[in-house]
Amino acid sequence: MAGVLVFAEVGEGGLAPIAKELLAAGRPLAQALGEPLVAFIAAEKAGPLAQEAGAFGAQQVYVAEHAFLKDAHPDYHLLALEQAVKRITPSAVLLGKTPLGVTVGPRLAFRLGVGVAQDVVSLKVEGGALIAERPVYGGNAMARVALRQKPFVATVRPKAFEPLAPQANPSVAVQSIPVSLDASSVKVKVLERKKVEATGIRLEDARVVVAGGRGLGGPEPFQQLEELARLLGGAVGASRAVCDAGWLPYQYQIGLTGKTITADLYIAVAISGASQHMAGISTVKNIVAINKDGDAPIFQEARFGVVGDWKKVLPAFIDEVRKLLQR
Amino acid sequence: MPLTIVVTAKQVLDPETPASALQIDTARKRMVAPPNVPPVVNGFDENAVEAALRIKDALGAPNVKITVLSVGKSFALDVIKKPLSMGADDLVLVQDDGCDGLDAFQTARVLAAAIKQMGPVDLVLCGRQASDWDQAQVPLALAEFLGLPCVHITKKVEVKDKTVVVERVLPDGTEVVQVPLPALITVSNELGQPRYPTLRGIMASTRKQPIIRKLSDLGLNPADLKPKVELLDLYIPVRQKKCEFISGDNDEEKGRNLARRLREAKLI
Ligand SMILES: Cc1cc2nc3c(=O)[nH]c(=O)nc-3n(C[C@H](O)[C@H](O)[C@H](O)COP(=O)(O)OP(=O)(O)OC[C@H]3O[C@@H](n4cnc5c(N)ncnc54)[C@H](O)[C@@H]3O)c2cc1C
Repeated sequence: MAGVLVFAEVGEGGLAPIAKELLAAGRPLAQALGEPLVAFIAAEKAGPLAQEAGAFGAQQVYVAEHAFLKDAHPDYHLLALEQAVKRITPSAVLLGKTPLGVTVGPRLAFRLGVGVAQDVVSLKVEGGALIAERPVYGGNAMARVALRQKPFVATVRPKAFEPLAPQANPSVAVQSIPVSLDASSVKVKVLERKKVEATGIRLEDARVVVAGGRGLGGPEPFQQLEELARLLGGAVGASRAVCDAGWLPYQYQIGLTGKTITADLYIAVAISGASQHMAGISTVKNIVAINKDGDAPIFQEARFGVVGDWKKVLPAFIDEVRKLLQR
Repeated sequence: MPLTIVVTAKQVLDPETPASALQIDTARKRMVAPPNVPPVVNGFDENAVEAALRIKDALGAPNVKITVLSVGKSFALDVIKKPLSMGADDLVLVQDDGCDGLDAFQTARVLAAAIKQMGPVDLVLCGRQASDWDQAQVPLALAEFLGLPCVHITKKVEVKDKTVVVERVLPDGTEVVQVPLPALITVSNELGQPRYPTLRGIMASTRKQPIIRKLSDLGLNPADLKPKVELLDLYIPVRQKKCEFISGDNDEEKGRNLARRLREAKLI
């Protein structure tokens, strides 16, 4: 048994950001165990992805190439990972808390008869166990858990770890792993993909995010938020209450069950700051809150706050921003 | 034979409880709400009940039987009966001291044993996660124990012929997938608001008694239900941010001052 294996998902034009974060999360574990940091890439064609994994810290890369691995179909990826894990016999398997990772990770663990730590934000190896910390109760508390049976399986929250600086000429051993994937054994058939075309900057990547909550009272005020986001070169987001009300589609939702963002600046307008919402912005350093309730929990985490009615605060704020930026 | 649906449901601490009112019972490693805040049915499980009821509406009531299943040490009956008042047919409670503090893996084992005892089941619907431990593991483990194909985090569930057609929620859209029955599907809040219990539903549910099972009825021994994930510690993280409140004579001035302050701090 050896190695800390990272299930490295593929993104647009390279490895997904989470794959690089997982390599950063896995390195100290590999060092503590005295084992190599290994990446597993399941794709239709891996091409330069293996080298990229090497650049971000993988010492050994296993590649499974198959036409069925083109899309993020959890069943095929589970089958591929299961076969890889049985061959590689790693001590730990790390996946991302992504639509693919949260399905594949637990199912892999249960098939292997071990436990899984889901949605973790910190990891260490201590006394032969994997110790992980995960937010629970919507982020109101933290749980420290131990996995004692190998392989340790964990899914890691996006943005919880900073990728390592990429190395220019990584020396990485690449090995291909044959996987047998049988369409007749996979019962879940994809009929159709409906992609919502994103306009402008992706919420997850935006440096500035302007988000609105239930206190806005309806969909119309989001035009003002759009305008502010445009001025600041950012993106618009929302609380779940806004999406549940149908004011904006769910793609805008930030939080525990929505998107995790890493903006430098987050402007929350009429959002109360429930822990489940804050879970999506936990790495944002500069939170600005506009809320008429001075006791709103959002102010406990904000760097700057305005206690006031957004209907008056926001237009004046936007005008002044426009002046200052001369736009 | 009607279509048989099992919906799993968990009684949880009300997630709307203000954070300041929550306390940790360090001995039991559990979050506790103040005594005047009653527990609720996990919100995503209510979404799963709603999904089941929509199937029942579509196929006609006599053609669908919905059984709600829960595992725990003790229940607030008026709370856990809510799915019955929404329109579910039966409630099965695996109620046993040995069900206290089970981890996801073992909870799923108990659920699987209870479902197997019910005879053939066509569709298992679960909430995507429970709002207390936020693990999103039990349904996936349950699918593995029952050997069912599973689709995780969905917003629409329709039964067509001997299959279920569901819409999966993805960060950049949705995916329509089809699975032959029997299958397990997890449901998310994107499905839409669960219906409110009707007066008739409430009346009917007060007459209905839950079917109670013990672990021993399921052939399970508490000693075999050791957690795979050991909970070492539960704590409330300290937050030490200090908010700088922007002043001004009126709200408009505060807005302008905020812009100036952000400029000064080089944030815009
Ligand atoms: C399991 C689970 C998962 C969840 N996941 C998420 C998630 O991913 N993301 C998420 O956001 N939520 C999530 N939630 C919901 C979360 O608990 C809150 O209910 C939600 O975030 C509240 O949204 P809000 O702040 O917009 O609304 P509210 O809490 O209703 O807050 C509205 C705020 O607007 C202010 N306001 C009203 N009028 C004005 C005005 N004129 N001027 C200024 N301020 C005003 C009020 O003072 C209030 O603070 C989840 C809940 C559960 C149980």
